[in-house]
Amino acid sequence: MKNYAPDDVKNTKAMRKAAFKAAFPHTIPIFAGFWFLGLTYGIYMNVSGFSFWYPMLMSLTIFAGSAEFVAVNLLLGSFHPLQALAMTCMINARHLFYGISMLDKYRGNGRKDLYLIYGMCDESFSINYTADVPEDVDRGWFMFFVTLLNHFYWFFGATLGGIFGSLIHFNTEGLDFVMTAMFVVIFMEQWMKEERHASSLAGIGISVLCLTAFGPENFMIPAMFAILGVLTLLRKPLEKGEKRT
Amino acid sequence: MTWSEQMITIGMVVLGTVLTRFLPFLLFPSGKPTPKYIQYLGKVLPPAVFGLLVLYCLKNVSLFTGNHGIPEFIAIAVVAALHLWKRQMLVSIAGGTVCYMLLVQFVF
Repeated sequence: MKNYAPDDVKNTKAMRKAAFKAAFPHTIPIFAGFWFLGLTYGIYMNVSGFSFWYPMLMSLTIFAGSAEFVAVNLLLGSFHPLQALAMTCMINARHLFYGISMLDKYRGNGRKDLYLIYGMCDESFSINYTADVPEDVDRGWFMFFVTLLNHFYWFFGATLGGIFGSLIHFNTEGLDFVMTAMFVVIFMEQWMKEERHASSLAGIGISVLCLTAFGPENFMIPAMFAILGVLTLLRKPLEKGEKRT
Repeated sequence: MTWSEQMITIGMVVLGTVLTRFLPFLLFPSGKPTPKYIQYLGKVLPPAVFGLLVLYCLKNVSLFTGNHGIPEFIAIAVVAALHLWKRQMLVSIAGGTVCYMLLVQFVF
């Protein structure tokens, strides 16, 4: 497996296998987190009176955790399709940021690009943006498997939760912290790689301010606008600093 | 809600999600050069967004009621310490999570 030249093995089995092997360890924390969150979501749908087909279908097609939790409430309310659309766009507005950051990475991987963009949840974005892909591993397939595995974990958890509902009895309290821990680690990795910390600090500072000012349910949108504004204002000094280094 | 109304509602949530994910790629096609400002944002946004995501995970922690966010604070310190020491992603994440579970199940 070690002796091939990368060009000869595009799309071969060996190459996909190597990409899968490289991708899997990065997704282990997501496995723990999504399994648990998906299960919670499935159980939530179950106790809200929906058959397991719903979490199964929704985890597969929507694949955006917070939007799916909100969708449960939408389904329980009266029929307002446009409101559902507007609400989803607002909850998921952060994806716009991910897309802008992935314009280069999620291009040039053939048809995989469509799936990569379709499955760009917080966790897939974070891994695919920060992971150091080994040189002998194809980047496109690596990112594809990261996304596919995450998608599968979420689907798996949600479906199980929907089927078994309230049958599960063991103390998993606190397991959801795995997601927090993962984002802390990703934030630290980014911090250690970057030369200047202006953007990282702005992200934390603005988020804290907005969370304090607007509360947990409404702080994301103002925080994103504020981040966009501050980074736009900092463009000149930041770009200047970059050229000097 | 009838069955078809439910399916339309789910369809709208899918559409909204897909829109937010594809929009940047549609607005800035690969054929044309991406505006300098957007390229700049692509470079500086991620660190800020990772900071935002950390806060997003912690948004329901209350500093003034309940356990005052102490378990979260301790567990994040454990994650950071482990990561500075070993720099092994899985070790830091697993260590911090186990620590948090022990704290909320047995201490707080």
